[in-house]
Amino acid sequence: MKQPPIIEVHNLTVLYGRKPALWNIDFDLPEKQVIGIMGPNGSGKSTLLKSIMGVVTPTSGFTKVYDQSLNNVRNRVSYVPQRQDIDWDFPASVWEIVAMGRYQKRGLFKKLTTEDQDIITDSLEKVNMLGYAKRQISQLSGGQQQRVFLARAIAQQGDLFLMDEPFAGVDIATEEMIISLLKDMKDAGKTLVIVHHDLHTAQSYFDHLVLLNTRLIASGPTEEVFTDQILTDTYGGKLTTISKISQELENKEFPIRHK
Amino acid sequence: MEFWGHITTFFSAENYTLFVVGIGSGVLCFASGVVGTFTYLRKRALIGDVISHSVLPGVAIAFMLTGVKNPVYFLIGAVISGLLAIWIVDYVQAKSKLKPDAILALTLSVFFGLGIVLLTKIQHSGNDAQSGLDIFLFGKAASMSITDVQLFSIIAVINIACILFFLRGFNLVSFDENYARGIGFNVNFLKSFLALLTVLTVAIGVQAVGVVLMAALLITPAAGARFLTNSITRMLMYAGLFGFLSGVIGVFISYSGTGMPTGPWIVVVLSLFTIAAIMLGKQRGVLARLKLRKGNHIKINNENVLKDIYKLADDGQKTIETSILLQQEKYAASELKAILNRLEKQDYLDQVRGFIILSDRGRIAAREVIRKHRLWEIYLSKYFQMQEDHVHDDAEGIEHVITPEIEKLLIKLLERPEIDPHQSEIPYE
Repeated sequence: MKQPPIIEVHNLTVLYGRKPALWNIDFDLPEKQVIGIMGPNGSGKSTLLKSIMGVVTPTSGFTKVYDQSLNNVRNRVSYVPQRQDIDWDFPASVWEIVAMGRYQKRGLFKKLTTEDQDIITDSLEKVNMLGYAKRQISQLSGGQQQRVFLARAIAQQGDLFLMDEPFAGVDIATEEMIISLLKDMKDAGKTLVIVHHDLHTAQSYFDHLVLLNTRLIASGPTEEVFTDQILTDTYGGKLTTISKISQELENKEFPIRHK
Repeated sequence: MEFWGHITTFFSAENYTLFVVGIGSGVLCFASGVVGTFTYLRKRALIGDVISHSVLPGVAIAFMLTGVKNPVYFLIGAVISGLLAIWIVDYVQAKSKLKPDAILALTLSVFFGLGIVLLTKIQHSGNDAQSGLDIFLFGKAASMSITDVQLFSIIAVINIACILFFLRGFNLVSFDENYARGIGFNVNFLKSFLALLTVLTVAIGVQAVGVVLMAALLITPAAGARFLTNSITRMLMYAGLFGFLSGVIGVFISYSGTGMPTGPWIVVVLSLFTIAAIMLGKQRGVLARLKLRKGNHIKINNENVLKDIYKLADDGQKTIETSILLQQEKYAASELKAILNRLEKQDYLDQVRGFIILSDRGRIAAREVIRKHRLWEIYLSKYFQMQEDHVHDDAEGIEHVITPEIEKLLIKLLERPEIDPHQSEIPYE
């Protein structure tokens, strides 16, 4: 029995200047699974996540979440941006960062309630960071920073989690902790979409894979798409043609579509 | 005693105008500190500089169009040309391959140059009202009228109120813009509103310090405040306070020496506050870090000397002559004497007529250092394939760094070893 798609990406194209970061992407994602988005550096993984979250505006095409525009279902979606994009010397404590997870519910102005406090405490406990609640964030290790970001997403209490490289630059203990947490969340009926770069762990971590290299290479259950052929297509040198075309578009200022 | 005369005049508020202007300038600078905290946190210090220089042509054009020195017209002109500058920076950045620093430098120079050209033209125009427009270069708060001050203060207070009202939004946008978009905050509105508040603050601030120094008024308070706290609300408070005090003191100094420009004095006072904050900050301050380093130095010397005595005195059992320690030539006589006296004071050892004996406390401390040293040697040789004759030097440094927590980890990891790579016993408690 086929489940309804939780995310639908339709004909999505995103240009940075004239250079395509994503090019005519089409796929559906199933519910209640751990889904990996993989591809080489610069293949558009983060851009894909940002497009789904409405952080970047697509040049053409659209994405739907729960068969609706994101704006209607934002409260069901938790987002974990890339840790490296952030200035961790910002004057804030661990608690204050996780409290941001409640801002979606409370908006710009409403005060956080004791219920919110409980949720924040709970989320910190889930990632083993409660003892660090008062710590200034610049004093955290990479793994701890990632846990804090995860706690913030958990505090949002969504059903769908979109995570950008949660395993990049974290220690083994954190990676194992995150993985077991993801399994628990999946068992609790959550859907997890994770941008990932490490091929070695892909098979054991993910139920479903999306393989990208500016264009979509494959999307499907891991056992079906994790084949030598598809991996070579994604990571191997054969696709240099596509990056050469992108370079031409950029350098000579061609439009990708004639209007 | 002209100076004291001024102080009494100032604080007794006999001179009502000066009092109002002083407080008003303080409020302007308070707003700059508060708004500038976000400029600083968003790493847009240079944008602050661009905005402040680019209000100049707006002011000049406002005067040319109206022919009167009306602060409201100046304000409108300043805000329009400041916003235009921001828009140009953003537009060029999106559409060209120029690097951000080049765009900022270009925009700043073009606007400022244009402003100077217009000011010069006005000065040669023979309009009687033109005299005094040059206050926009270096500021002269002391020459503001009471109505000006009231107007500016009201705007400053509104700015501060807006910052506090939207604190959550501004904070999140400054820390993690993508996340703010992800949870559906109207990031474009928040950013534009913050930009507008910044331009408004600059437009009134230049009246006090002038366009050349305005960026300092935005950024310096925040830079100093950052050294004092890790909390954004406290940072806003400190930055505001630094601004306020500098604004008031600057006006007062400017008033005491007749004809002295206000801006430079405000910035000088502000710099003093900031330097003090950089020196005295509890965790990040220079003094705190010097103290920390000095503490480390003392700890290292203490532990090394205790260790030496322990070894020379057959595991700390015997009494040894101080001269034997000196013969090792690790320390100069005077330094060694100081270390020994300090250790004696802290009950680690006793000194009697040229002899030393460790106390129980001293023996325990020495064993602890030796234990950490040897554990580290084992760790290095076991996990990093280091030769036995290479691990000692490394351990000499690290033995002082290992905390009880790390020591426990090491003991667990190495399964409580009995001997080190040199076949020496590990002294457990």
